[in-house]
Amino acid sequence: MSGKKVREGSFHLVGGDFTKAGVASSELKSILSGLGIDMKLVRRAAIATFEAEMNVIIHATAGMMHYAVSDEQIRVVIDDMGPGIPDIDLAMQEGYSTAPDWVREMGWGAGIGLPNMKKNSDEFKVDSVVGEGTTVEIIIKIKEGKAGEPG
Amino acid sequence: MKIKRVLELLNAEMILEAGDPDVEIQAACSSDLMSDLLCFAAKPGSVLITGLINPQVVRTAEIAELKAIIFVLKKRPDKDTIALAKAKGIPLIVTPLSRFTSCGRLYVEGLESCTEEAK
Amino acid sequence: MNLGDVVQKLSLEVRTSKGDLSREVTGCYISDLLSDVMAHAQEGEVWITLQTHPNIAAVAVLRNLAGIIISNDRSPEADTLKKAEEEGIPIAVSAESTFDVGGKLYQLLKC
Repeated sequence: MSGKKVREGSFHLVGGDFTKAGVASSELKSILSGLGIDMKLVRRAAIATFEAEMNVIIHATAGMMHYAVSDEQIRVVIDDMGPGIPDIDLAMQEGYSTAPDWVREMGWGAGIGLPNMKKNSDEFKVDSVVGEGTTVEIIIKIKEGKAGEPG
Repeated sequence: MKIKRVLELLNAEMILEAGDPDVEIQAACSSDLMSDLLCFAAKPGSVLITGLINPQVVRTAEIAELKAIIFVLKKRPDKDTIALAKAKGIPLIVTPLSRFTSCGRLYVEGLESCTEEAK
Repeated sequence: MNLGDVVQKLSLEVRTSKGDLSREVTGCYISDLLSDVMAHAQEGEVWITLQTHPNIAAVAVLRNLAGIIISNDRSPEADTLKKAEEEGIPIAVSAESTFDVGGKLYQLLKC
């Protein structure tokens, strides 16, 4: 981890459980605000993790969200047991979605989750194995005295 | 404009009072797609006009820092969604008007689109 | 007012190569939920949405809508355009937000 550790923890994510969708990101947002981190960075973290959380709930069987906050960065790793992503470059294109129709009717599946995550991160990484699952890593830098700009 | 004016313009009913009743509403987002709301920074004082009534609307509104949610065509969220909005301090409004008429009336009255200019 | 007038006045970009722009626009429906459009949209209305997948063409045909405007500068998928052209449904894109397009159309149609 980069910098001096301030706080870390994890959340369980259950695939298909839309009643809990967003709970983990919302709690993480509260934790980050409580640590006194700049609200612009908290907002970016909340958006990126919310999208990642929704991807797990929409596509995967289960997942974990691990967060680690230091004085230099917010790092969130979301890894899931799910179908995996066969073509990551394709998945990163805005509008590309593999979500079924019923998910679209719930307001998701527009195909901008992964691009949204990247847009709100300073460093962003996606790894995936088809048939096993996907891991997404989101890093947002905390700069002394002023808000970091999105990467 | 204040929330009271929004209610007048949209013949609407406040089904959950929450947050600051004097908050200044300056802009509106209109979407049923949650990722879209998260895609662009919302201007402060933005409200959401939507036909989607599930709890994620409230969670998305919280993360996007929206000041109120307006449900169109008399759609009412369930009690769990209302309880969530209460916990998050987000007022809920129901209008009998369509999304088109709601956007139209607020647009004519001078509300701006919620999306930030620089993208 | 016909669809061609709407396209011109709202500075929309028509993406389909076929479709009747002379069709009279009776009103407008805004929604991103297909079930909602199926339930409430009226014949002759122009539909404003963020959705870009091929099902929107099918829904527009079923409800006999005048055309589809996709907002926020989203691009309809190639399959969507193909299906829309087959069905004679014009699809145009606006760079503006749903709120702005809807608001301007509301003023245009003098609602």
